[in-house]
Amino acid sequence: MSAHSTLRRYLGNRKGSLGLAILVVLVFMAVLAPVISPYKATQIDPTAILQPPSPKHLLGTNEVGEDILSLIIWGSRISLLVGFLATFVAVLVGTAVGVVAGYIGGFTDEALMRITDFFLVIPAVVLAIVVAALLGNTLLNVILIIGLLSWPSTARVVRSATLVYKQMPFVEASKCAGAGTAYILRRHILPNVLPLVYANTSLTIANSIFTQAALVFLGVGDINDISWGQILHFAYASGAITAGDYWYAIPPGLMIVVAVLGFALTGYALDEVLNPKLKAGVVFESA
Amino acid sequence: MGRYIAKRALTSIITFFAVLVLTFILFRLLPGNPVLLLFRNPQLTQQQIAQLSAQFGLNRPLYEQFILFIVNVFRGNWGLSFYYRAPVTQVLFPALLNSIILILPSTILAILIGVGLGVISGWKRNTLTDMAVLSSSLVLYAIPTFWLGILLIMLAVRIGGIPVSGMLSIGVSFTSPTQYLGNLLRHLLLPMITLTLVTLGQFSIIMRTSVINELTEDYVVAAYAKGMSESRLIRKHVVPNALLPTVSIIAISIGTVVAGAVLTETVFSWPGVGTLIYDSIARRDYPVLQGAFLIVALSVIISNFIADLVYAYLDPRVKYS
Repeated sequence: MSAHSTLRRYLGNRKGSLGLAILVVLVFMAVLAPVISPYKATQIDPTAILQPPSPKHLLGTNEVGEDILSLIIWGSRISLLVGFLATFVAVLVGTAVGVVAGYIGGFTDEALMRITDFFLVIPAVVLAIVVAALLGNTLLNVILIIGLLSWPSTARVVRSATLVYKQMPFVEASKCAGAGTAYILRRHILPNVLPLVYANTSLTIANSIFTQAALVFLGVGDINDISWGQILHFAYASGAITAGDYWYAIPPGLMIVVAVLGFALTGYALDEVLNPKLKAGVVFESA
Repeated sequence: MGRYIAKRALTSIITFFAVLVLTFILFRLLPGNPVLLLFRNPQLTQQQIAQLSAQFGLNRPLYEQFILFIVNVFRGNWGLSFYYRAPVTQVLFPALLNSIILILPSTILAILIGVGLGVISGWKRNTLTDMAVLSSSLVLYAIPTFWLGILLIMLAVRIGGIPVSGMLSIGVSFTSPTQYLGNLLRHLLLPMITLTLVTLGQFSIIMRTSVINELTEDYVVAAYAKGMSESRLIRKHVVPNALLPTVSIIAISIGTVVAGAVLTETVFSWPGVGTLIYDSIARRDYPVLQGAFLIVALSVIISNFIADLVYAYLDPRVKYS
């Protein structure tokens, strides 16, 4: 399947193009934040505190007089950054565990899969809260914690695909020709398994954004970094919710929903396009 | 069936031991050793410090500390709360009961509604009904629990008269059990709606996929061919078969229900284990945090085991083997 026809089939998928459109808008928003944001993120206007939307502040202001629209635009940076980096960690660990477990098999497989099941069963958000509270609330810690708790689903997908490919004649042939395990994994198994990982990656990003928002909302993580979860944390903590300040509480949550939907739709579409023979069996894990 | 259950029980026990090892590592070996922090707490009396020191065996080698930790967990010695200055178990169990009051009805409702919607959606696949169910399930899956809670609080404040925080009205003395129960139920309303909604989306999507897969089976065509009515076919054949994979996936997602409960409780200040975790972090009350983590893990493991039993009961291949 050529790259061109893959792209055409992807764009022909309605869910896929909608998801991709959302992602493009979000990435532009994060990259161009200094250009498109009407105010600097932390610029305070003491004369306009908790103002409803107006031409001057399109989404109103918060309890210290910051412009909500600017906070939302700048907040996309941390939310996406955590999503991408945590997923990078998760995919790295998950692919390694899955390939090794599937290819080597035997006791190694059994042991690695028990560990994977363990992390699937333990509620990741609760564990993340506890670990982050114990380790300290830096952004790097939050990224590592989310990443190191999100790899099990990738590991399972990769393992089952590896089991299929290691039976293939080309792997046998390669073995007969004297290829070592590392070479077979790199040249034959990984290139075939990776398309499956792409679809899974998209869902993992969605979950990471979700988890980060939940952690920051609970005050776990650096609450000085502007992110959508952090805006909601302050909306809740400042009492703006019970005061009914809708312009403060609705936009950040809406952004999280849109971002999660964008990545989830992209994931489903990739799964359908890249793995047409597989039935999409998606396991949800989220907050 | 006996062998299957025994195997599952063994897996659950091993998982719980893994949780104990993880807890021990987290709370003992990480920088800032929280157990040592315990002794710096100015609220503790000298006698309590000496007692705790012996209890945790902090002067012993690490492996002995680990064995002592395990023994203490099983004996119910879960340490002393910094904040409440009371045994952790005394703090935990009322909170656990409050959590169950919230989680049990919400999960049952979510399963009933979610599975029901999934059946309708899968049966009427690619119709307008299906699209409506599928897209609302997807949106529910993408909504952060705490944000849905926030939206409901804003709505409730606008309507008025619906409590948005706590479990009982403060400062009210109840004259009758029915009045007490009524007050409790009114407080339960919003957290229960929140937890039910965020949980049911995933169930309906899973059930829909399962029903659609089942409808492609040959026996469905055969039943059609011999003239069985569509509703009878769905009720008697498709749904029972489609439930099997759904049950096992619901079991996996029990962890996410618990995570959702932690967030729901925090938003609505429902005095359960989730709120206790949140408060303990702010209070640096590590013994309670450790206890709460253990109890959450234990409940997830037990619920998974129960789900396995249900699966064994539903699947004749397991039931009669």
